Amino acid sequence: MTGFKTSKILGTAALASLALAIPAFAQEAAPAAEAAAEVVATVDKGDTTWMLLSTILVIAMTIPGLALFYGGLVRAKNMLSVLMQVFAAFCMIALLWVIYGYTLAFNGPTEGGISLFIGDFSKLFLSGVTPSTTAATFSAGVEIPELTFVIFQLTFAAITPALIVGAIAERMKFGAVMLFLALWFTFSYLPIAHMVWFSGGYLFGLGAYDFAGGTVVHINAGVAGLVAAVMLGKRTGFMKEPIPPHNLTFTFIGAALLWVGWFGFNAGSNLEANGLAAQATLNTITAPAAAALAWALAEKFVRGHASLLGAASGAVAGLVAITPAAGFAGSMGAIVLGAVAGLVCLWAVITLKPMLKYDDALDVFGVHGVGGIVGALGTAIVAAPSLGGFALGDPAAYNIGSQFVTQLIAVVIAIAWSAVVTAVAMLIVKAVFGGLRVTESAESDGLDLSSHGERAYN
Amino acid sequence: MKLVVAVIKPSRLEEVRQALNSLDVHGMTVTEVKGYGRQKGHSEIYRGTEYAVHFLPKLKIEIAVDDAQSDAIVTAIRESAQTGRIGDGKIFVLDLLAVTRIRTGETGAAAL
Repeated sequence: MTGFKTSKILGTAALASLALAIPAFAQEAAPAAEAAAEVVATVDKGDTTWMLLSTILVIAMTIPGLALFYGGLVRAKNMLSVLMQVFAAFCMIALLWVIYGYTLAFNGPTEGGISLFIGDFSKLFLSGVTPSTTAATFSAGVEIPELTFVIFQLTFAAITPALIVGAIAERMKFGAVMLFLALWFTFSYLPIAHMVWFSGGYLFGLGAYDFAGGTVVHINAGVAGLVAAVMLGKRTGFMKEPIPPHNLTFTFIGAALLWVGWFGFNAGSNLEANGLAAQATLNTITAPAAAALAWALAEKFVRGHASLLGAASGAVAGLVAITPAAGFAGSMGAIVLGAVAGLVCLWAVITLKPMLKYDDALDVFGVHGVGGIVGALGTAIVAAPSLGGFALGDPAAYNIGSQFVTQLIAVVIAIAWSAVVTAVAMLIVKAVFGGLRVTESAESDGLDLSSHGERAYN
Repeated sequence: MKLVVAVIKPSRLEEVRQALNSLDVHGMTVTEVKGYGRQKGHSEIYRGTEYAVHFLPKLKIEIAVDDAQSDAIVTAIRESAQTGRIGDGKIFVLDLLAVTRIRTGETGAAAL
């Protein structure tokens, strides 16, 4: 597998490598930059503000966005268990991130060996990270405070395991959920984030494009959800008795919060406040808009009604698909990518899932997994300068076909890695807890009562 | 004494209440129930799953009445609850053994 296709892409990727955060390196890069050229590294208050704001937006995506989105889709007796799993996952991962997640994902040597897959412990407990240390951005000489990068990435690390909650909802022991997510975060999220976003990472070295985490977040979590759901088994009564959502109004509120927060997710991944952040913001409006309408319209033809759940799900599918392409797609490319994702994810949810009969309770694979794959592969196309895209390197040298192959390699590796880690983690957790599922009577009473001793509605 | 139990469409409650009022019946108990008879349910679709919903929302009205009034009340309910379409409901008349007013302790017809 060769890395770079042209020396031009190599050059720009090397520059982007400064960007994709070796913060300690950024300190050393400052004198190098001064020596190399005219550029003096500066930290701008506008960029800093933008990163802090983006961080807060992404937190809102998880709490309460994702929590409500999922909560409304389950039965009333399990509402609190979903809120609790998402909330507790966020809190737990936030702590693990600052202890060892950040150092392993975004630090370490850049010269081959194990550093292709994971970082080192140089910043364990955020050692060396202070309010004055900096991280590089995609622009030469433009830096942001390292702490803003740490917390921005924290929100990504936290929402990704929380996504998996949707697949295993309504039947898993709470302690088992927490241990599983901690293991999965450590052995799947951290390595894949490192491989895709760290300059020494294997997939970064191949030239794979993932602006805001289509592979790192969505494919990663989507596949984990599928494998976990299959290993966990179906909910009692699945496909035999009706299990309708108990409050689609909550699901709508959650979807809207996800969309609004996603501006921080996608445009914040630009690491600075400039025109490309604005482009990413625009793409984050048009792609989900196209996807929502595409899903709703297709549903009208295929099922007879355009449903709110369909429109909201379509919007999320579009958001997932544009995530890897947010800063690479042109304005029209984003619309096309969104519409395609809306239709493909609709197919995955109404045809693929019933066909394969797995109980991915809230369609984590159908929307995030499939949407992420569509987005990752579609990025190769929409990034093409000839199609209005913003591929790195010399526009004349961009080759859709070879970038597509690179994206495909990254997708396959992420799928395989996440699947294996999920399977092993589930087996470990099963052994530790003597079983993954609650008892049948606990499941029937509802997890709110049996796992948490409370009722959502009195 | 009789206990008149009527299962009706929820949208007809106000008409039934007014009809009973004009017969000097000034008390009733209403419960929200689900049921079906000849009226079929409907289907709901959520993403990949379609559910056949068999049970439809109805209202159950219970009124304790004098034997003498019972027929007139059944007729009044039937006429006011009727829409002419399948799913209008049914009226049952049961024998009522005893009635007590909780506040005063009155029993029998005085408690109706």
